[in-house]
Amino acid sequence: MDKENLLQMYYEMVLIRRLEERGAELYQQGKIGGFMHLYIGQEAVSTGLIAAREPRDRVITAYRDHGVALNCGISANEVMAELLGKATGMSKGKGGSMHMADTSKNMWGGHAIVGGHLPIAAGFALGDQYAGNDNITICMFGDGATNIGYFHEALNLSKTWNLRVLWVCENNQYGMGTAVDRASAVSEIRQKAEGYGMMNSRVDGMDVVKVHEAASEALKYIRTEGKPFLLEIMTYRFRGHSMGDPERYRQQEEVKKWQENDPIGIFRNYLAAQKIAAGNDLDGIDAQVEIEVQKAVEFAEASPEPALADLYTDIYADADIR
Amino acid sequence: MARITMREAISQALMEEMDRDPAVFILGEEVGVWGGTYAVTKGFYDKYGAERVKDTPIAENAILGAAIGAAMVGQRPIAELMTINFAFSAMDYIVNQAAKLRYMFGGQFMLPLVIRAVGGGGRQLGATHSQTPDAIFAHFPGLKVVSPGTPADAKGLLKSAIRSNDPILFIEHATMYQVRGEVPDGEFLIPIGKSTIQRPGKDLTIVTYCKGLELSMKAAEELAKEGIEAEIVDLRTLRPLDMEPVLESFKKTNRAIVVEEGWKSYGVGSEIVSRIYEEAFDYVDAPILRVAQKEVPLPYNRTLEQAALPQVPDIVAAAKEVLK
Repeated sequence: MDKENLLQMYYEMVLIRRLEERGAELYQQGKIGGFMHLYIGQEAVSTGLIAAREPRDRVITAYRDHGVALNCGISANEVMAELLGKATGMSKGKGGSMHMADTSKNMWGGHAIVGGHLPIAAGFALGDQYAGNDNITICMFGDGATNIGYFHEALNLSKTWNLRVLWVCENNQYGMGTAVDRASAVSEIRQKAEGYGMMNSRVDGMDVVKVHEAASEALKYIRTEGKPFLLEIMTYRFRGHSMGDPERYRQQEEVKKWQENDPIGIFRNYLAAQKIAAGNDLDGIDAQVEIEVQKAVEFAEASPEPALADLYTDIYADADIR
Repeated sequence: MARITMREAISQALMEEMDRDPAVFILGEEVGVWGGTYAVTKGFYDKYGAERVKDTPIAENAILGAAIGAAMVGQRPIAELMTINFAFSAMDYIVNQAAKLRYMFGGQFMLPLVIRAVGGGGRQLGATHSQTPDAIFAHFPGLKVVSPGTPADAKGLLKSAIRSNDPILFIEHATMYQVRGEVPDGEFLIPIGKSTIQRPGKDLTIVTYCKGLELSMKAAEELAKEGIEAEIVDLRTLRPLDMEPVLESFKKTNRAIVVEEGWKSYGVGSEIVSRIYEEAFDYVDAPILRVAQKEVPLPYNRTLEQAALPQVPDIVAAAKEVLK
């Protein structure tokens, strides 16, 4: 990976962090409604992963989707506008935090039913297989989603039909407040792929370079072999499951230990050690992100609300009928 | 014009649309090598091959999820549920996904998807395999629900459904595949969302669809022998619901009954009656009655099962009641 791409990854990770920190403030001020799940701590996962894709590869994820949206090239303006429910959001304010998509950037959502998007991801790959191309669908989900039936039906179908899907389990070690070993028969999620005869691997998700390498290898395998692959990425969310999580299920010492393992700090050290960028250069990127996020907040706050007439649009495609 | 069965009409529609558009393919349990559990896709596997007639695992979430995904990226899948009762195993895909994805993402993509499902009782299949839960599905905005009562409508509506860019649940009836009727040859489309008069009459209006149409036509013949001319309005599509022919007929007859195979409570009839009261109250000359299934899970025993399902004499009796 060249310097430009490495710095792009650094920029994206900081952008996710700062945008969500501002998002949390706006949520506390009551400007963002509903549920909001922060990606803070997990930035290296989607950043390394999506940097490894071809633009023609489709991405679909669960409701912790702000970071994935930014990595796919959706602007900070649109992400912030959607959080505020504005007409200028990529989903026109109809989706909110959990439903961010821009199909022109091959980001197919933000999906809020745990595990529900996995069979749909298999469907994207089926559509591509039917069309005769070798696009890959990258489907991200949490460890909690691997205990629901959808996961197993989707994995089975993808292997039986040789669908090009990269199944990515972001194992942040808690499904809401329930630790993996309290909910899953095997705590190493990648073992679940073994039951379907599916290639798999496990990687440290706090190190964006390692994630990128593992994802690149998996994508190469899928593209050439025409088979699915499951990649388990070990990570940790620094914040609660969603805003307003009392976090009774984990010790603060554990959280602190992981926060010392900050993926942005690890990457800064890597870039310095490899003499790719000095602290000053990276501080410059941080400052640039600060401005971009501030502008996004201003853009979102100044954007119009959706028109009341939009209540009745986008229900059907044939015609806007009720 | 040819006189063919409901099964042949549906089969013809599928085949014509597959020939017309290479993006159309079928997936479901036993649709391929077996030829479909109701033999609707018999011969399709040999003609179109495994790529376009895809046998799936017995996994309704995977079937509907995969169909939705393929539709989102531009294909035109027809997913077959072996029976509509299995839709409950995959309710998330019908209710949370198919009906909502387009809206939730601000109209960024279309969902040109048909879900074919066989419903209905009367074949002694027991409580879990005999339901007529059409009203449940018609409850959800974002979905279209179609259920034909004649071979011609089955063909014309299914062809329109396959060409539609929206998710459509297409409900067939398990006891109607051998029903025969005149079906126009060649290109023949019936628009989704249009009710129609299946039998003209002046004395009362019978609003119905699917199996209810078959029963109501027989009841109308009985009534005619006594000089009562029933006008039968066939809804054909439950959502979006076209009330125009219903209201037009009712304003002429001032009396109506609604006939459906599903349960009476919270059913299609409840909706129709409410709409008539809301939109044509001044024309009401008698309480509008509903003929529907008894409020029990359908039993296996034939006598009990038939006692629970609406029958022709029930319709005749209800018609006479509103004419009193």
